Amino acid sequence: MTAPSPDVATAALADATSPRPVSMSAPNRRTMRWLSNGVLIGVGLLFALPLVWLITASLDAKPSLAIAVPDVITFDNFRAIFDPKLTFKPLWNSVLLSGGTAILTVILAALAAYPLSRYRMRVTRPFLYAILFGTCLPITAMMVPVYSLFVQIKLIDSLPGTTLFMTASSLPIAIWMLKNFMDSVPIELEEAAWVDGASSMRTLSRIVLPLMRPGIAVVFIFVFIQAWGNFFVPFVLLLSPSKQPAAVSIFNFFGSNGSIAYGQLAAYSIVYSLPVLALYVLVQRGLGGSSALAGAVKG
Amino acid sequence: MTTLAPTPESTRPAPRATARGRSARRTFPLLPATILLAVFLLGPIVVSLYGSFTDATLSGTTAVSSSFVGLDNYVSLFKDADFPVAIINTVLFVLFSAVVGQNVIGLGLALLMRSANRVVAAVVGTVVVTAWVLPEIVAAFAAYAFFRDDGSLNTALGALGASPISWLYEHPMIIVIIANAWRGTAFSMMVYSAALSEVPPEVTEAAQMDGASGAKQLFWVTLPMIRRTIATNSMIVTLQTLSVFTLIFVMTGGGPGVASTTLPILAYQEAFKFGQLGFGTAIATIMLIVGAIFSVFYIRALRTEVK
Repeated sequence: MTAPSPDVATAALADATSPRPVSMSAPNRRTMRWLSNGVLIGVGLLFALPLVWLITASLDAKPSLAIAVPDVITFDNFRAIFDPKLTFKPLWNSVLLSGGTAILTVILAALAAYPLSRYRMRVTRPFLYAILFGTCLPITAMMVPVYSLFVQIKLIDSLPGTTLFMTASSLPIAIWMLKNFMDSVPIELEEAAWVDGASSMRTLSRIVLPLMRPGIAVVFIFVFIQAWGNFFVPFVLLLSPSKQPAAVSIFNFFGSNGSIAYGQLAAYSIVYSLPVLALYVLVQRGLGGSSALAGAVKG
Repeated sequence: MTTLAPTPESTRPAPRATARGRSARRTFPLLPATILLAVFLLGPIVVSLYGSFTDATLSGTTAVSSSFVGLDNYVSLFKDADFPVAIINTVLFVLFSAVVGQNVIGLGLALLMRSANRVVAAVVGTVVVTAWVLPEIVAAFAAYAFFRDDGSLNTALGALGASPISWLYEHPMIIVIIANAWRGTAFSMMVYSAALSEVPPEVTEAAQMDGASGAKQLFWVTLPMIRRTIATNSMIVTLQTLSVFTLIFVMTGGGPGVASTTLPILAYQEAFKFGQLGFGTAIATIMLIVGAIFSVFYIRALRTEVK
């Protein structure tokens, strides 16, 4: 994400070691650095402001829409949303929907990526082009026809049906990413196993997949985060409140009440956001997530 | 799926059979994903193309049995006064929040981070990325609260002595454009950070030796070196922004009137609020075609990646 630029280090080093005569550029560089810091801090503050409200409002007994330091810090808003029907059931639905989507996507994508990565087949190129095309499809544009389709095949208001659609919509990018990860696993190990008579599915599950665990984790978390935050798809396809995930229930919470309880809305938003923030940090820390992501736009 | 054309079994049975068996075995793992993609992605596209030529509605008799009406939906769509507004809004939204906003701010942040203090860069980067990682609906709530009449922006303006403005009613397009730039910049920032870190420092150092100023280095050395990243990133953010729904839906609902209605919002309203499924599907079809055109350009740019 924030690839610490080597330039910063070398610049500092040059400042410290270069003798005075070439200091023509040194003050220049130092001003440049202060200017960069100043602009960055300014932009960072602007970016942070809307987010700060979520925190102040959630802890305020009488929250307003503006950022304000609460007179008394209270957890009443969190206590108020600590309710099975309001919070836990929608969050559980989110777990089922996102978890199901991520698991199914990883399994199907790994199966599909294997022949694409290992064999030269006539279908490989057309399939990869189709996959790449699929990653670009504006899924939002499809929700009206998807709704029509779901009514016709009687999958409307079905959690499994919605999971299947979300799996299909995340499959193209998942297959693409997993194929790239798989390409970097050397084929020699499998060839040895093949000589010993192992089937290709066996080499996939015993040799290839264990070697690309980080890649699988990245894809799983990537798909999970996307599904967790998805509002429009479940909003259109799931009608019963008892089946809706947190993304939709939180919107009903926002939309239906005449006077919105902003403190509770902010508290719910935080509770609902925490899992994806935690997963993102996990990817960043241990798995090199942004490099996997950057692979998709390497020009 | 099989890679071989069917040949008469009798002529050359043995090698063909094994070859066909082998290729079938090899393509077999592709099958589950292919079926799912065919049913749930290709299916809706076909439904979209066909449905846009029918008079299907959400309820009533035409909901059960719709009939073919030819280009009627497209004709009434082009006559509809809301349609050109939605087109213009979509173009403005994509152009200013993504192609200009996210791209330029993302690139600017990535460049600044190279010359800034490491801690500052890391903290600011985290803040920017948080707006992007948060679920879209939460980001929309936060932006909504920020721009509301009694929200943070007006409170701050009031403290500075300026009179408050009803942002969401008076300037809805500008506000959703700013909000989407805020939310999406992180992606471009990360892409450009990665691209800039691959620019060999010797190149800019050489330009510096030759006495090129900072701006000259940027426009004549750095930017040309990452031009392909700029092109692909612009296409990706365009495609992503083309399908933004939740942010606008939560912040303005497309209103007031149709002042901030983009194509996804219009398709949703027509299909689900006014029950005109066929009409909504026609809008969806147009969006899919626009998306497909962009996708083709994107794929051409990435052609070398498909081996």
